[in-house]
Amino acid sequence: MPRLNTPEELECFRQKILSGRDPDKPCISICAGAGCIACGANEVIEAFALAIKDQGLSAKIDTRGTGCPGFCEQGPVVVIYPEKICYLGVTARDVPEIVSQTILKKKIIERLVFKDPATGAVAVHEPDISFYKAQERTLLCNNIKIDSRSIDDYLAVGGYMALAKALGSMTDVQVLEEVKKSNLRGRGGAGFPAGRKWEGSRNAKEAIKYVIVNADEGDPGAFMDRALLEGNPHSILEGLILGGYAIASHEGYFYVRQEYPLAVENIKLAIEQARDYGLLGKNILGSGFDFEVIVHKGAGAFVCGESTALMTSLEGRAGEPRPKYIRSNLRGLWNRPSVLNNVETWANVPHIINRGAEWFNGVGTDSSKGTKIFSLVGKIRNTGLVEVPMGMSLRDIIYEIGGGIPQGKKFKAVQTGGPSGGCIPEELLDLQVGFDELTKAGSMMGSGGMIVLDEDTCMVDVARYFINFLTDESCGKCVPCREGLRQMDKILTNIVEGRGKDGDLELLEELSETAVEASLCALGKSAPNPFLSTLRYFRDEYEAHIRDKRCPALSCKELIAFYIDPGKCRACGICLKKCPVTAIDGDKEKIHIIDQEKCTNCGTCFEVCPAKFTAVIKTSGAPVPAPIAQEKRMIIKKAPKKAQKKADQNE
Amino acid sequence: MDKDRIDGNIELNTDQVIDGNIELNTDQVIDRVIDRNIDQDIDQDIDQLIDRIIDNYHGQASALLQILLDIQSVNNWLPGKALARISEKLEVPLSRIQHIVTFYKAFSLVPKGRHKLHICVGTACHVRGATRILDTVEQATGIKSGETDLDLKFSLETVNCLGCCALGPVMEVDGKVHAKMSPIKTSKVLKTYG
Amino acid sequence: MSEIQFEIDGRQVKAVKGMTILGAARNEDIFIPTLCHHEELEPFGGCRLCIVELEVKGWTKLVVSCVYPVEKNIIVRTRSKKIDRIRKTIIELLMAHAPFAPDLMVLAKEYGADGDRYEKDPSFCIHCGLCVRYCDEVTGKNAVGFVDRGINKEISFIPEIAQKECDDCKKCFPLCPTSYLQAAFVLTKALAFAPSQPVLSEPESFKKKVTGE
Ligand SMILES: Cc1cc2nc3c(=O)[nH]c(=O)nc-3n(C[C@H](O)[C@H](O)[C@H](O)COP(=O)(O)O)c2cc1C
Ligand code: SF4
Ligand code: SF4
Ligand code: FES
Ligand code: FES
Repeated sequence: MPRLNTPEELECFRQKILSGRDPDKPCISICAGAGCIACGANEVIEAFALAIKDQGLSAKIDTRGTGCPGFCEQGPVVVIYPEKICYLGVTARDVPEIVSQTILKKKIIERLVFKDPATGAVAVHEPDISFYKAQERTLLCNNIKIDSRSIDDYLAVGGYMALAKALGSMTDVQVLEEVKKSNLRGRGGAGFPAGRKWEGSRNAKEAIKYVIVNADEGDPGAFMDRALLEGNPHSILEGLILGGYAIASHEGYFYVRQEYPLAVENIKLAIEQARDYGLLGKNILGSGFDFEVIVHKGAGAFVCGESTALMTSLEGRAGEPRPKYIRSNLRGLWNRPSVLNNVETWANVPHIINRGAEWFNGVGTDSSKGTKIFSLVGKIRNTGLVEVPMGMSLRDIIYEIGGGIPQGKKFKAVQTGGPSGGCIPEELLDLQVGFDELTKAGSMMGSGGMIVLDEDTCMVDVARYFINFLTDESCGKCVPCREGLRQMDKILTNIVEGRGKDGDLELLEELSETAVEASLCALGKSAPNPFLSTLRYFRDEYEAHIRDKRCPALSCKELIAFYIDPGKCRACGICLKKCPVTAIDGDKEKIHIIDQEKCTNCGTCFEVCPAKFTAVIKTSGAPVPAPIAQEKRMIIKKAPKKAQKKADQNE
Repeated sequence: MDKDRIDGNIELNTDQVIDGNIELNTDQVIDRVIDRNIDQDIDQDIDQLIDRIIDNYHGQASALLQILLDIQSVNNWLPGKALARISEKLEVPLSRIQHIVTFYKAFSLVPKGRHKLHICVGTACHVRGATRILDTVEQATGIKSGETDLDLKFSLETVNCLGCCALGPVMEVDGKVHAKMSPIKTSKVLKTYG
Repeated sequence: MSEIQFEIDGRQVKAVKGMTILGAARNEDIFIPTLCHHEELEPFGGCRLCIVELEVKGWTKLVVSCVYPVEKNIIVRTRSKKIDRIRKTIIELLMAHAPFAPDLMVLAKEYGADGDRYEKDPSFCIHCGLCVRYCDEVTGKNAVGFVDRGINKEISFIPEIAQKECDDCKKCFPLCPTSYLQAAFVLTKALAFAPSQPVLSEPESFKKKVTGE
């Protein structure tokens, strides 16, 4: 292990790594992110190792398990360099063929390449894939290029260059000024300007200060922090060290949720490697600057993403927010100045130092600079992580990158900002994404969750879902949040279960006001957002639930019913076989009937009924038609004339 | 009234309670007490384990959470006696430890089943039908979220986002993620865990 | 100690640096309702009843007076339509738990709160934390603590400690605005103070816990 004592030594070492690598040597990158592992990436990696060994190619081909490139939906993702051929949905069985055809004969395997679900166009190379084309991948681009467990890989793509530059040729104040000039705003929630937060801590008199990475990623439905933590941990670490330098702090913390074991592991490894190379510890790169980092695991509490709760938790206590009216950059962890930023915020810092504030300001809108990673999920064709410049319209993200809504369904709304965010309806799709723009529309940027909802999604249920989530996650310290949410959850549950009453909406609005105005922390203050924004844009759905006991999206289990259209049923018997509660009666040639008493509304029959019949009907708000009379249940086959006659006679 | 209060003479006015058509909800108190009476026949080993883990963190009380997480991950649950020992060694009041282990979701005060079922009910999975997966699992195992069956075979828990949102709905069994679940697929997966 | 001048409800008041608005108001006999405040304890900011309107350089915001430190030239209003509305909701929410707590009944009258507005969940404790904090910060015994979080949060005696300490202390009992503290104590005593034998026979209690029934 070389210990690098000066910025020059670091540069020399980087050159040495690069000169040992042949850019034309084929390299197979296999995504080993959580999503792809769930689809069998580990087996694919093993298969590649085996195939390469079998064919005696070990010296000629490199393989690499990398971080997540974001296209999890189509995983496991394999990219073959130098051509950047991208194969999707690869299984271990495809591997020998990939090695013998693509690697050795440069032949493309058609069935593994990307086909645009909307246009059917084929894209072989990674940059041509519509999902990637409109993206601007500053932070995510290295994920597929490096082995996240190798510091040398990170160095090879220019890693720790910013640190060398800062420590070698910039004063701490210059680093701070650069970040301030960049107008970088926090990526974790409120979008507070990072530079101003840093400056406050820097100017504080106390000698001991802290820098902290908020890697709690509590938003249920967002995973960009995870991709960075697992795929490129050094980029976050480098940002953190730079932050420490800028505010004269010598101790940093990672607060990582324990639900991400791979992230914890990779971060710990990255810290060890950086320490071995002399990029952490005493006298970093000979600059005289000392810096240490400690990893802390969260123990499963969403509220611990809130800054003061996170610090309380770091101190080893139950994560309740503090009631103080003083910012934590002045009085945070152990009552000392503490700068807390989100994973993605930190990961931006090395780029800003490398390329300058000017460059950063050149991307984005007036008030929101740079790129932002969104986790585009829900009812959308291309799900995954998308990194786009601020200011791109929601429509472009959803239709151009995301490929629109699958199965010919209609778009209804997009939920952004996580549990404290809101829903944005179709008429606002041309909205440019940015901190202030989203807030104005009644939602927020949050950490970048983007959940697309289609016509089958019930907006009242979406509101209930988030309120219920927050009820579970409220710390319980203050009344407006703990008690207010408890009641809101009850009322909303009543509404989706058909027990809504007149006056419920007014009661909800009153509870919302109290929570927004009087809660102790931002969890409670923003908790009513999902309700308020859905009420603002989808009031009619609330009214249908309350007044007509009808769910317009046909989604609320207690308000819907299934029946079989006797005119369409061909007695194929599939639904009968699959119904988990044997609520369906039928036989060969006999029209099937659902016993409404037994039916649990699980919807299995609706799903399995063959598309050519679509005999199972879902309804809401209207009584189910009476079942067809027993004597009319036999299906009369039209085809052979004789049989028809016979049947007629029988009748 | 204050004197009664001080003497600990309970003076809940039962008439009011009955008139108000409400009942005193004492489950919590009873639950806590029962916890303590479970036959906690723990190996001697756990004491050593605790001492070793505490030493790893140089006996710092601020590392309490990390210490508890480590013990939980080795031992699978946190026996009451273990908490008492931690309290003693770190000089942290037992009441604070009790708050912590009940505040955070990662800790369990009862033994866990051999197989840990985690059903993701994060937003992305929710809109793709996570509730139906949960219903299926509850039906098949006979336990609800947060419970363990009598044979200690399964422990069922709901979680918020496993970071595989693109593949929802997602179910995790003993750390292995099963993607794009449907009720039918769920029953099949469950059957493979004997 | 520097003296700070500011305005509460149109009245000029004086306070010293480090004081809270609530402290300054009480010194001047200006009433602000509270439920979780206690002079001997660190500010908790949990009940949010002491919320007031604050005007600083033309900007108005709502803050809780038991935590907010006094500043020069601020203007404080202890009542307004909005504040009253919020206090009323808070009282109503708490009355769903403790409908007959004397303090709440007095407040309900003042703010026109209707204790039957919200669905009842009679657990009596309103989580003001006075007992827990007093036992920690003042008596230093930590015999009672919080457990769980959010809507499941409760107070709980630690039998091992309570058995040794509480009978001779009971200082927290008069602090409790409801009757729950005593109830919990009596119950804990009955269930868990018995030295040798467990309360419920073990197999049942064990099963009950494991299956969570
Ligand atoms: C309830 C709650 C949960 C939060 N969860 C997170 C989180 O998981 N990750 C995060 O980075 N910020 C989270 N935040 C925002 C943080 O409080 C804080 O604003 C942020 O970490 C600051 O970093 P930034 O300025 O870089 O965004 C949360 C806030 C609240 C109120
Ligand atoms: S707003 Fe909610 S989470 Fe925040 S302190 Fe109050 S109860 Fe806790
Ligand atoms: S038991 Fe009484 S004193 Fe203790 S928190 Fe509950 S209401 Fe407050
Ligand atoms: S919401 Fe289920 S994995 Fe993210
Ligand atoms: S007295 Fe201020 S919040 Fe309770």
